[in-house]
Amino acid sequence: MNPFALTGSVAIDAVRETGRIADFGARGAFAWVTGPFYWRAFFSALGRIGFASLPVVGLTAIFTGAALALNIYDGSLRFNAETFLPQILGVSIVRELGPVLAALMVAGRCSSAMAAEIGTMRVTEQIDAMSTLAVDPFKYLIAPRVLATTVALPFLVLIADIIGVYGGYLVAVYALDFSGPIFVTNIAEFLENRDVVSGLIKAAVFGFLISVMGCYYGYNSRGGAQGVGSATRTAVVAAAVVVLASNYFMTSLLVEF
Amino acid sequence: MASATKKISVRGLQKGFEGRDVLRGVDLDVDEGRSLVVIGGSGSGKSVFLKCLLGILKPDSGIVEIDGRNIARQTDSDRRYMTNQTGMLFQGAALFDSLTVWENIAFRLIYSENKSRKAARNKALECLTQVGLAPEVGNLQPSALSGGMQKRVSLARAIASEPRILFFDEPTTGLDPIMADVINNLIVDRVKAIGATAISITHDMASARKIADEIAMLYQGRIIWRGKPDEIDKSGNPMVDQFVNGRAEGPIQMTLRRR
Repeated sequence: MNPFALTGSVAIDAVRETGRIADFGARGAFAWVTGPFYWRAFFSALGRIGFASLPVVGLTAIFTGAALALNIYDGSLRFNAETFLPQILGVSIVRELGPVLAALMVAGRCSSAMAAEIGTMRVTEQIDAMSTLAVDPFKYLIAPRVLATTVALPFLVLIADIIGVYGGYLVAVYALDFSGPIFVTNIAEFLENRDVVSGLIKAAVFGFLISVMGCYYGYNSRGGAQGVGSATRTAVVAAAVVVLASNYFMTSLLVEF
Repeated sequence: MASATKKISVRGLQKGFEGRDVLRGVDLDVDEGRSLVVIGGSGSGKSVFLKCLLGILKPDSGIVEIDGRNIARQTDSDRRYMTNQTGMLFQGAALFDSLTVWENIAFRLIYSENKSRKAARNKALECLTQVGLAPEVGNLQPSALSGGMQKRVSLARAIASEPRILFFDEPTTGLDPIMADVINNLIVDRVKAIGATAISITHDMASARKIADEIAMLYQGRIIWRGKPDEIDKSGNPMVDQFVNGRAEGPIQMTLRRR
């Protein structure tokens, strides 16, 4: 095939797929507006996505915070700036690592689960059955998951921020002989509201994107177990990529404010 | 006594996938309160036909009228009109595996008709009894049921809101002959009890003879014969004869891929 034609074909396919995902995301996000809103499905999704993700997000945050403290200390020693460890640690976790790592953990855990669950429902005709029972699958399956993930992720990130900083605190105080009260005071005085808020804004966007990827690839899966497996794999990869890509664009926007 | 009012009318229904025509102009009428069974071999387009009637697939062309209203246009209003009147038993039962049996049966009552969970549960248990299952089954997960029980639960779910039209997709596939006959009896019993119009698709001739007021045969995307169950053995149509008698030799040639 002509390389120009191939490039054009790939580009057209990519734009078309992006359009489909955007349309799907908009339908999923706003399906509840015209009612009914299925509260039971929403709270069930909130529990599975938010509450059940706490352990893995917490563990990721505490070890990342601890390792980051060691790295910052070791690096900053080279130019005698080790006293700035709390400030650098705080900003790194609250603005960047907390949101991104929590989002990647939720993407791995929940995007795959959504794709597998909805994909299985698709290939076993459960979604068709739902339509014949006069219940819109977008309102019952997609909207609750999209909203629950968008709502849950900022809370998860807030908790990840606290636990991550605490991980750094433990290393700084017990391994690097920092003073605990000074560590806390330095972080509290240095961090600004916009540092925390920008991380939470990112988290909400990540939550939306992760859930849309999981639901989209599950909803459109075809062809039995292999199709569901493929949808699950694609959903996780796509969710991770959009988290990392959108993180750059959001960061470049948010640092302006 | 069935009236002669047309409940469902299909005209020139066409549907294809990736350049392959599956339905090539299906014309069919079903009178109110009657049970029509569509027979046909594997790949003849039976399931596609049913999904077009249900609005799950959008036809390429043609008209599907329910009570004189063309639902093939697939506007939200048309779909609501369609789904509010219909119940469907899927080939694989298609029960929601995250819900209990009674929640499956009551799904439409709770989430579409806004009934209270208590009232919906009572109705679900009543439907369970009507399909010959004990109320205790209501608290089980669908995965704990046998294939025959899943089909019965799916039937209970289809009839729970007493729809005016019932669709059955291969209702006896995968069941032993005795359980298949139990399902056939339940279908006949429930369809008559709620006075519904029924369309079933199957390749099980015993099932077709039992549940049909009329049988139509779909072949190569068109209806090639239609008549009463007792007429099918002397249809005079060689393709119908071959299908009914299950012969490999005849005008219908199955495509076999040889190594």
